[in-house]
Amino acid sequence: MMVMAGLLTGLTRLLVGAYPRWVGCGPAPVQRIYFANHSSHLDTIALWSALPPELRLRTRPVAARDYWDQNRLRRYVARQVLNVVFVDRTGTRAESDPLEPLREALAHGDSLIIFPEGTRRAEALPGLFKSGLYHLARQFPEVELTPVYLENLHRSLPKGTLLPVPLICTVRFGAIFNRVPGETKSAFLERARQAVVELAS
Amino acid sequence: MSAEHKFYWLMGGVVVLLSAASVIGWILAQRVSSDRGRGLVSNLNARVRAWWIMVAVFAVAFLLGKAATLVLFALVSFLALREFITLTPTRAGDRRALFLGFFVLIPVQYYLIGIGWYGLFSIFIPVYGFLLLPALSVLAQDTQHFLMRIAKMQWGMMVAIYCISYAPALMMLNIPGYAGQNALLLFYLLLVVQMSDVLQYVFGNLFGKTKIAPVVSPSKTVEGFVGGAASATAVGAAMWWITPFTPLQAGVIAFVIVLMGFLGGLALSAVKRSLGVKDWGAMISGHGGVLDRMDSVSFAAPIFFHLTRYFFAV
Repeated sequence: MMVMAGLLTGLTRLLVGAYPRWVGCGPAPVQRIYFANHSSHLDTIALWSALPPELRLRTRPVAARDYWDQNRLRRYVARQVLNVVFVDRTGTRAESDPLEPLREALAHGDSLIIFPEGTRRAEALPGLFKSGLYHLARQFPEVELTPVYLENLHRSLPKGTLLPVPLICTVRFGAIFNRVPGETKSAFLERARQAVVELAS
Repeated sequence: MSAEHKFYWLMGGVVVLLSAASVIGWILAQRVSSDRGRGLVSNLNARVRAWWIMVAVFAVAFLLGKAATLVLFALVSFLALREFITLTPTRAGDRRALFLGFFVLIPVQYYLIGIGWYGLFSIFIPVYGFLLLPALSVLAQDTQHFLMRIAKMQWGMMVAIYCISYAPALMMLNIPGYAGQNALLLFYLLLVVQMSDVLQYVFGNLFGKTKIAPVVSPSKTVEGFVGGAASATAVGAAMWWITPFTPLQAGVIAFVIVLMGFLGGLALSAVKRSLGVKDWGAMISGHGGVLDRMDSVSFAAPIFFHLTRYFFAV
């Protein structure tokens, strides 16, 4: 399993580099929610590869079930190698709360990697954030929120393409995002989005 | 001296010199205090680190043979091309051409060298690549900046794949009386180019006054170039015993390598300036990318290969 992880990170480094730049904080063994811009299927694996191996063990990417549960290879990578938290994007099961699996993971002490835009965007800068990050931030006040900017992946494998173009992508980790008491949901989400945008320059 | 003996003498000498350089570099890094001094030491230490890697590459080439060397250089081309394409603006319409460049042109070029098909590997990218890549881009029907995009792609493929591939291509030359020692030619090329780069840097720092091309490269000076070129040529002439050349021939060829290396460094510096960057990448421990170390080799390798082939090979 460690061999698979090594192979996967090796291939990712060869294809897109995924070089970490700890701009605003450092790699620390604390519980965090890493939130990043989403432009490509490579995002999850790039961010995960950029983390040091010790952090990778306790950091679980959030993965959309409608993509990652589609065939055996993806399911294997998602479950055994990346240890993802599956989330139901399509909302078929109306009674269950889509954030429930994430809450469970956080309660268990794991860190998460989430993409608040919810879907891939063809641009370099992120669009509007959905509300999941706000709810999780409020319910788990001790968890550190870390903005991350993934550079260039929208050029390497954008939505709708099959062939990746090798390009150098840096994964920039920003300063810990503070919570402001009494802030409204839309103000919080916009401030979080700006935190990621700032890392882009 | 047999090939093995030459190899062991060479490796022994190089390891001793590089170890001394690493130790001196480490000591200097602890003691230097001025900003300029720190920059100098850090530059030299980065070069020493890159040289250790090149020595490892050469050792692999000699011990494991042609196939391993070709795979290694294919990887170098892949990384160099990746750096180049990252910095040149590309559009969605170029994706198919770029994918072809990385995953078809590179393996085919190195395979052709491996089977010794000189007639094809010497024209594969300048003819077939040159014609096919724009054809793929044009099918995407995006004409915005079309000429600029295909020109940049071709330049990237030429420098990163075609030119660099001439270095391991030295292994396929059939030189009478030199069989099985071609890896030493590869070492010779890398040695002369690297010596030329570092000696020009050192002479430039010690005696540099008149700038050669201030618009393109703020650090290259006439004194640096003359001092560095002369001493690197002397090194090349002194190393004649690992080549099939006489000392005089080695001196002349070394001078050509030095000149082309200098022009290559200058040309790729100008390319970087026009793209608005200082380094191609930050892969080699924060001091530039693969292309920063290979820029001189990329111009010197094809000329060295052709001169050697024309005058010494059958």
